[in-house]
Amino acid sequence: MQNYSIFSLLRNGVTGHKNWSEAWRSPPLRDKYEVIIIGAGGHGLATAYYLAKEHGITDVAVLERGWLGGGNVARNTVTIRSNYLRDQSIPFYVKSVELYEGLTKELNFNMMHSKRTMIDVVLNYPKMRELRRRQLTMDIYGSTYEQISTEEVRRRIPALTGGRPGSRLPVIGGMIHTDAGVNRHDAVAWGYARAADARGVEMHQQTPVLSLVRGTDGRIEGVETASGTVRAKKVIVAVSGHTTTLTETVGLKLPLRTMNLTAFVSEPVKPLVDVVVNCPDLGFYFSQSDKGEMVIGGAPDSGQSFRRDIKQHVFEDTVSAMLELFPSFKKLKLLRQWGGHLDITHDASPIMDETDIGGLFVSAGWWGGYKAIPAGGLTMAHHVATGRPHPLTKDFTVKRFRHLDFIMETGTTTAR
Amino acid sequence: MLLIKCPFCRERSEIEFVYGGPVGPDRPDPTICTDDEWLDYLLMVPNPTGPVEERWWHAKGCGDWFTIWRSTVTHEVVDRPGDE
Repeated sequence: MQNYSIFSLLRNGVTGHKNWSEAWRSPPLRDKYEVIIIGAGGHGLATAYYLAKEHGITDVAVLERGWLGGGNVARNTVTIRSNYLRDQSIPFYVKSVELYEGLTKELNFNMMHSKRTMIDVVLNYPKMRELRRRQLTMDIYGSTYEQISTEEVRRRIPALTGGRPGSRLPVIGGMIHTDAGVNRHDAVAWGYARAADARGVEMHQQTPVLSLVRGTDGRIEGVETASGTVRAKKVIVAVSGHTTTLTETVGLKLPLRTMNLTAFVSEPVKPLVDVVVNCPDLGFYFSQSDKGEMVIGGAPDSGQSFRRDIKQHVFEDTVSAMLELFPSFKKLKLLRQWGGHLDITHDASPIMDETDIGGLFVSAGWWGGYKAIPAGGLTMAHHVATGRPHPLTKDFTVKRFRHLDFIMETGTTTAR
Repeated sequence: MLLIKCPFCRERSEIEFVYGGPVGPDRPDPTICTDDEWLDYLLMVPNPTGPVEERWWHAKGCGDWFTIWRSTVTHEVVDRPGDE
């Protein structure tokens, strides 16, 4: 792997940038691997990297229908945080935030990580009570969460000029989460891909998986792709919204449904907001990118959806909610809007487990899975390599639904 | 914006309606069904790339509850599969 540094940049700068080596290879698809990962998104690529790095398993193919890093890893709002509710969830996200903070060095790829704090702007007392309850649990696991006054919220977010006393929903305070940050999503996908490739993992783009293949013993045997059958004793499904589409090809039903989530960005403006702002009561959140654009996320569509665009009225609802608190944003022009489809479980927590079909692993149910990429890859690689779940994900099983042993996280993400 | 056909008010804009969840399997009799059948009823939702049956409530209209079939790919309200 070519090392990226100020010296390589200078050297290639003076030679006209003609001598950069390719970030990863494009080898021909073989018909057999030790492990197949479906989906070259954040979780798939991170799993491939940690399989190679932590467990020395390098006979791995990552199969991608479109292009590498073109799915939800490119369609999210890059918010990294660990303010969750449950004892099973918080340590996992704390680990993920910690891994993210060291990722630039680990992968020799500039993640442009900006640990800039998230502030929840709270408009009603039940929500404040819920967030303070979260704080008590988060304190146990070393995640930071603290209540701040309305004056402090306004001091830290000067653009927040709406929600004054007397308005329909006045701001009553905030919660501050100093662990939170944002980074560059392309760097995450490309960094993991490049580092995995350097350890021998193969990435195959434009290779759609049509169905899974089971052997006569009932275990997984491989996958059927548009370029033929590829065999492997272990297959990991990391395809977000299309998880059930794939698992149902071998008769495996999972308690997942697919929904669409809204995002859009404004034109770039001068630095205005230097934290991630989240308003759980109104259902929107945003941060300002390094380019100056406001990156805004909204609520999900009602009903199931496999679409990657957004609905006009969901978009309008999000904008009008935002303008209540940030009336000056009325002048912003919105440049782009997009949606992503993701699958959600009954309890809004992920499924990270080997399924009833031996050798078939799923990494699914990620709602806000971007923040979970490093820890998700680390723990899934551990499970695949050792056959035992990682301590951080031992509760995110498929079986928990069988025992009604839910890890309810509804409300800690944009999922309602 | 979807136009949803309320059985009483005819086609109205989606913003008048509240989504009432997917239609799953019928409720089995808990005194005689197996655990697996009960779990299927509680947790499993059909998740096809295509028509799916769902409940809607005409909250800002006549207040009727009804079911429609809607495509998860195009969002179009479609006929019940099998109906001609």
